[in-house]
Amino acid sequence: MYETSYSRAKDASDAAKKMRAADDGKFLAGGMTLLPTMKQRLAAPSDLIDVTQIKDIDDINVTRKEVTIGAGATHAAVASHAKLMKVCPSICSLASHIGDPAVRHRGTIGGSIANNDPAADYPAAMIALDATIVTNKRKIRAEKFFTGMFETALKDDEMIKAVTFTAPKSGAYAKFPNPASRYAMAGVFVADHGKKDIRVGVTGASSDGVYRANDMEKAMGGKLSSEALDGCEVDEGAMLSDIHGSAAYRANLVKVMAKRAVDAAAG
Amino acid sequence: MGIEGIGARVLRKEDKRFITGKGRYTDDHKVAGMHYAAFVRSPHAHAKIKKINIKDASKMSGVVGIFNGKELTGDGIGNIICGWMIHSKDGSPMNMGAWSALATEYVRYVGDAVAVVIAETQAEATAAAEAVDVDYKVLKAVINPEEAMADKAPQLHPEAANNIIYDWEIGEEAATDAAIAGAANVVEMEIHNNRLVPNPMEPRSALAQYDAAEDHFTLHTTSQNPHVARLVLSAFYQVAPENKLRVIAPDVGGGFGSKIYIYPEEIVCLWAAKKAGVEAVKWTSDRSEAFLTDAHGRDHVSKATMGFDENNKIVGFKVDTIANLGAYMSLFSSSVPTYLYATLLSGQYNIQNIHCNVRTVYTNTAPVDAYRGAGRPEATYLVERMMETAARQLGVDPAELRRANFVTEFPHQTPVIMCYDAGDYGASMDAAMEAVDYAGFEKRRKKSAKKGMLRGIGMSCYIEACGIAPSAAVGSLGAGVGLWESAEVRVNPVGTVEILTGSHSHGQGHETTFGQLVSDRFGLPSENIQVVHGDTDKVQFGMGTYGSRSGAVGMSAIEKALDKVEAKAKKIAAHMLEASEGDIEIKDGEVSVKGTDKKLLWHEVCLGAYTGHNLPEGMEPGLKEGAFYDPTNFTFPAGCYICEVEVDPNTGTTTIEKFVAADDFGKIINPMIVEGQVHGGLAQGIGQALMENAVYDESGQLLSASYMDYTMPRADDLPSFDVSTTETACPGNPLGIKGCGEAGAIGSPPAVINAITNAIGHNNLSMPASPQNVWAAIKAGE
Ligand SMILES: Cc1cc2nc3c(=O)[nH]c(=O)nc-3n(C[C@H](O)[C@H](O)[C@H](O)COP(=O)(O)OP(=O)(O)OC[C@H]3O[C@@H](n4cnc5c(N)ncnc54)[C@H](O)[C@@H]3O)c2cc1C
Repeated sequence: MYETSYSRAKDASDAAKKMRAADDGKFLAGGMTLLPTMKQRLAAPSDLIDVTQIKDIDDINVTRKEVTIGAGATHAAVASHAKLMKVCPSICSLASHIGDPAVRHRGTIGGSIANNDPAADYPAAMIALDATIVTNKRKIRAEKFFTGMFETALKDDEMIKAVTFTAPKSGAYAKFPNPASRYAMAGVFVADHGKKDIRVGVTGASSDGVYRANDMEKAMGGKLSSEALDGCEVDEGAMLSDIHGSAAYRANLVKVMAKRAVDAAAG
Repeated sequence: MGIEGIGARVLRKEDKRFITGKGRYTDDHKVAGMHYAAFVRSPHAHAKIKKINIKDASKMSGVVGIFNGKELTGDGIGNIICGWMIHSKDGSPMNMGAWSALATEYVRYVGDAVAVVIAETQAEATAAAEAVDVDYKVLKAVINPEEAMADKAPQLHPEAANNIIYDWEIGEEAATDAAIAGAANVVEMEIHNNRLVPNPMEPRSALAQYDAAEDHFTLHTTSQNPHVARLVLSAFYQVAPENKLRVIAPDVGGGFGSKIYIYPEEIVCLWAAKKAGVEAVKWTSDRSEAFLTDAHGRDHVSKATMGFDENNKIVGFKVDTIANLGAYMSLFSSSVPTYLYATLLSGQYNIQNIHCNVRTVYTNTAPVDAYRGAGRPEATYLVERMMETAARQLGVDPAELRRANFVTEFPHQTPVIMCYDAGDYGASMDAAMEAVDYAGFEKRRKKSAKKGMLRGIGMSCYIEACGIAPSAAVGSLGAGVGLWESAEVRVNPVGTVEILTGSHSHGQGHETTFGQLVSDRFGLPSENIQVVHGDTDKVQFGMGTYGSRSGAVGMSAIEKALDKVEAKAKKIAAHMLEASEGDIEIKDGEVSVKGTDKKLLWHEVCLGAYTGHNLPEGMEPGLKEGAFYDPTNFTFPAGCYICEVEVDPNTGTTTIEKFVAADDFGKIINPMIVEGQVHGGLAQGIGQALMENAVYDESGQLLSASYMDYTMPRADDLPSFDVSTTETACPGNPLGIKGCGEAGAIGSPPAVINAITNAIGHNNLSMPASPQNVWAAIKAGE
């Protein structure tokens, strides 16, 4: 690891201020992605600004169907939140399958979506849940937030404070893990918001990162039906290809996982 | 046997320190004046070194020295050797290219060490290594061994034309061809054995100390065989004479073969400590370096043809193998695809005609050497996939085809050197078939089919050769060393016992099992027994631990030493008790005269040996005996493994529903430890079959270079194993032990693949059977 300066932000504006003062700063949350990259000398930020000590940054709030998850909430906290489990069990289940226990007790939802790893799980949920990303500057709808592999709409000194969404009528996440890393090789989140509004978010598979599967949503016409997906073709040309999965294999997985998620959401 | 004797499930004594974090591994050792080494490694698979610029790096803080390959060879440090001479079939010796511990002119794989930085702290060493500026002329690399043999392929070493190291054969080719030509049925297959990265939990490490006043070196290192390391470091690498070099292999966290070899880093740390004028230099591999530079395993491509007569008896077996040995010949690399492999191609079967041709090839990849099983997994995979495939082609039950061809009379001389001494292959097959409920499979298959899942069952009847090895025999085959083992049993005046063994424990539990021999013999509690190993200053000599040899060979040496101790103790006791030697009995810590109440306590006899006040006329005082044991034959563990899988045709995911292992390891000293060895071996074998794969891209970059991409088996990938043993005693050694350390890894891959090919309905599948590969195989069809 290269030398770096570490400091703790008192609040969101302090974090932004520290970031502006830094040469090449980075916000630090759980460190589960950032620190390994630094240890391998693949990243060398001049400053690390720790956001996890900001008051209420890890709060999870559920009021009737309205959910707010603080950016600093760990995967373990999301997985085991009793009220959240009642209104939106699918996101709890998703969080419970991220990494291993150590990762889940350090890694945060804010870090995960800020990083926008094409194989990360949360981004699919954010898209399907039509979540809003709340930063120190503005509110951004998930679909506008994720802008491509490892790319987001965040500005340099912009910090995620929370994500908010309305719990869907039903939802489910089906993940096919990469056999080695166990990140998603294809992960599909399906959320039925009622009033014929079904959203499908797909992660792990596409070379553009997470995406909304408009064709699948259309094929279902507002009704959770896995058979309706039979006719959907997943475009191989848009898929990632590596030693674990060719584009053809990933395209197949997207469809299989989508059907499984739809069946699970339909109950 | 007593509660701590032979056959008892004694808990592992060493585990207290291991599971409480108190193990002392090489990296845990810290000494005064310790500096750190960091290696500058080639990012290219093949390149010429034009210039190494150390100007910036040498000015960096903490740096005390930066050295390169020319300085190393200039100081007379010898090239790294391969210790087993193989001759090609035309009689010429193998074409070994030079391997200097630091590259001098060319780099030949990604990770090849080019220079070393010695600095005061690890961070300073790493930073300076990064600042060393190496100017390379990048050359074309070759990764695939078949392509490496082509005329226009890049040449790795001037010594090896077409990159061929040797072209070797075993068996009678003409007779085998004739037998196959006359066969009623012929089965042909092409089989790949995937390349693996060993991944012991503890990475390699070396701590080299130099005492300038005495001109003496001490090396703490992660070795499976510290005496062999000292011998080679002295005799071949000229680091220091043996009497000026102490090698200590303290607690070692797994080896699987990869810590047999003496690597560049150990040589360089010793040499550089003296050269830099510092007291000590430490280097510990990180996981990324381990992936790149630990010797890899397997990597064979073979064509195999088997002929059967009209009664389904095998008449001939012909194999043509290409083995990828990587960029350099590692210490025992030449023996693995020859004498440790082709000599096992008869499997458990009576085959009169076998011929195998092996070409070994240099490529721009990490060196390949022995890895758990070493050659025997490759042979077993070939034979057992062949048997299963043949059964399907011939339309007979795979179990019956095997049974019809089993060797049933012993000793049995195969056409490929080995003489099987004892076994009952039908017994292990019966045990395995019963344990898995072979007869009930069809019912289970139908049940799976109802869920849309493909169910399959596959068998593997493996045999392997352990207890390596009779020294004269391996000498005649080209080995540069003898493969006996030594032991010393030191009884202290108070009756406690130390066993000094040349075997080395790096997870096997020797501190427990070796002690059981003493408990069994004298009835002493295990806390009175200490096993000492891994230090050339303490232990007389030893050949170390690999090839499942420490039971059959290491413990046999201890038995021989115990015989001598027992004989002397009885002489002393007879003298003290005024009885005849033949009437003395040692049991439960007491030494008595049979049929009388005359007795002494064990420690009274031991004390008597050391006071020397009342010894038989002419007897030397003391009670300490040594022995060297040289085996008379290999040992032949064998068994039957059956795997049952469910395959999800939508994703290609394989779930192992059942895995049964019925092994014949001969006599068992500690069943709990043996079961543990089988479990670990099965995990590694199943890992190879389903998950693990070292993949290089065309330019020679390792794609599977971390756990993000190299799939290690994890507990939740594996079923609860059903393991059992049958026993035929091994006539070759005093304890009747065959060995159990590698069987699981040897026997399991074909069982898994046979089960999957059974499930998907055709044989067109290679390891690893990852979800993507199985899915693609289902799609591709036959
Ligand atoms: C072994 C292992 C397995 C894993 N498996 C999975 C898996 O299966 N699925 C999965 O989805 N993920 C997985 N992960 C990643 C894990 O979820 C990480 O925790 C997550 O991606 C990053 O969260 P973090 O809190 O650790 O962020 P950090 O590593 O601290 O930061 C990551 C990035 O986000 C930025 N950042 C952090 N917080 C904020 C903020 N509030 N505002 C703006 N930017 C911010 C940082 O500057 C940095 O660029 C795994 C990680 C490991 C180590």
